[in-house]
Amino acid sequence: MPARVLVAKPGLDGHDRGAKIIARTLRDAGFEVVFTGIRQRIEDIVTIALQEDVALVGLSILSGAHIALTTRTVEALRAADAGDIAVVVGGTIPPADVPRLLEAGAAAVFPTGTPLDEVVSRVRELTAASTSP
Amino acid sequence: MSDSFQTNSGLPVSALYGPADRGAEPPEPGRFPFTRGNYASGYRGRTWTFRQYSGFGTAEESNSRYRYLLDQGGTGLSVALDLPTQCGYDSDDPEVTEEVGRVGVAVDTLADAEVLFDGIPLDKISTSFTINGTAAILLAFYVAAAEKAGVPRAKLTGTIQNDILKEYASRGTWIWPPEPSLRLIADTIEFCAAEVPRFNAISVAGAHFRDAGANAVQEMAFTLADGVTYCDTVIERGRLTIEQFAPQVSFFFYTHGDFFEEIAKYRAGRRRWATIVRERYGATADKASMFRFGCVAGGASLYAPQAQNNIVRVAYEAMASVLGGVQSMFTAAWDEPFALPSEESATLALRTQQILALETGVTRTVDPLGGSYFVEALTDATEARIIEIMDDLEQHGGMVRAIEDGYLQGLIADEAYQLHKDIESGTVPVVGVNRFVADEPAPDLATYELDAEGRERQLKRLAKVKDERDGAAVQASLDALARAAEGTGNLMHNLIDCANAYCTVGEMVATLKAVWGEFQQPVVF
Repeated sequence: MPARVLVAKPGLDGHDRGAKIIARTLRDAGFEVVFTGIRQRIEDIVTIALQEDVALVGLSILSGAHIALTTRTVEALRAADAGDIAVVVGGTIPPADVPRLLEAGAAAVFPTGTPLDEVVSRVRELTAASTSP
Repeated sequence: MSDSFQTNSGLPVSALYGPADRGAEPPEPGRFPFTRGNYASGYRGRTWTFRQYSGFGTAEESNSRYRYLLDQGGTGLSVALDLPTQCGYDSDDPEVTEEVGRVGVAVDTLADAEVLFDGIPLDKISTSFTINGTAAILLAFYVAAAEKAGVPRAKLTGTIQNDILKEYASRGTWIWPPEPSLRLIADTIEFCAAEVPRFNAISVAGAHFRDAGANAVQEMAFTLADGVTYCDTVIERGRLTIEQFAPQVSFFFYTHGDFFEEIAKYRAGRRRWATIVRERYGATADKASMFRFGCVAGGASLYAPQAQNNIVRVAYEAMASVLGGVQSMFTAAWDEPFALPSEESATLALRTQQILALETGVTRTVDPLGGSYFVEALTDATEARIIEIMDDLEQHGGMVRAIEDGYLQGLIADEAYQLHKDIESGTVPVVGVNRFVADEPAPDLATYELDAEGRERQLKRLAKVKDERDGAAVQASLDALARAAEGTGNLMHNLIDCANAYCTVGEMVATLKAVWGEFQQPVVF
């Protein structure tokens, strides 16, 4: 059974080109991918993550609100007793914010320009505990 | 050095072109179907418009910025709205706290519009609003604010983007399903034609398809297909003729780096639109069939590594736009891929246009590339491909169908994915990214920090408006809006009544949502 992952777009920003490329790349790499579409509330992302029983949530954020949105997602997952679901973040992320995101509970950060192979191998590592492709 | 002899959209390119490759001789500039340009005098009579985009933060900050620009001799304003306003949420909605005032100004009620345009002579300047989902509501605010300041609506000039179809497929600020949204757009077009005749009710935008991943030919084809959908909607209602509203329809695109492909895109688009307006709608007046467009040079064709290379990219793109016959242009700053442009980089971007207009000599003669074996052949090939793509969409059931079932989004995602792979593998060369790569540190990204004080001021004003307004008038105007939405009449007068009663954007949007429902996005990747 391949690992299931959720690609999610929180907030009102509608730029989903990167999110869709990542979703397709992970699918091509053998993952079972669920994509939320744009403009998702954090509680909806958490609900979908639980319903779909995913091993990892990937947030795509280009609006500049990445710290707050990541923090809220990690906290909401923990509150739902799903703190074992890894959260990774991609998008327009300044280098200085990478450690802050890791501190906020992100398992990995993929700023714009990260090679797709690197994203795939990190996601594979992070989902290795569940049955991986 | 290209690895394959085809354009970025996949049109084949021969080693050599000659007389045999060229179709019929295009008529001279200013004559239908306008392949060589809309105007006989080209840029001799008047150059294209150099546009600058501005406005974020609160209404007060934007107002003082506008006054400064007008003092400097500007004649037009460009208003960027924040995402809550664009998506129909009020600033005090807990769901959107993070986004208030972030990418534009927050407008919740008529009170914000009054502050935004305070002291600005709205009968003398034109205002362009980048607004789509809530465009009709912002137009209502603009009309109401002007009339409160003593300017009759007939004197107002400007544009609302008001192109919802591309929002569903790429930009994302949709609210209601396509059918009622198209109705509201037709309402604004009819309202402007009758009461605000100098105001452009729609700017059909392909730029966002392009930024989402569409190639140049798709960008033009999808945009013309959207234009047809809007015109069909207005014509089917039977209240306006094509001649009465088509002159108010304009277009908007991105110019990327494949030089001749971009030139051919604009020449082919101009010819195709003129032909459609004449053949499909029977327009006879030249003014109705003219394809007028603005563009941005930059966007997704710019890259963060070796970012100063973008200066060169934008310059070539700007020249391609001018050789394609653009009416107004915005040149992106080189640091745009990773920062809000600095004053210095924004000025350099403007200088790029000024050098092009004043030093290079490209404006001396009209359509200097007209009659080039290659350019005319590529224009013909581009138009043929545009027709194929538009036919395919029509066979699929039209744009609304293609959006609702995600077919259009799929086409764009396919293209975006392929280009990303091709750049990663080096099949598509990009200097500084996959060729001549330098070992340099990642550029410092500056993200716009929210102005907490400005947000507080916005929330206070909203609370004050809600406290002081006449609650009965608010309810009565919203009830009337709901009843009108259930019928088929024009909603603009209802929206202006709501604006004058100080209803919020969120209240008007929620009222219409209760009648029309919400768009259900197909999830395609």
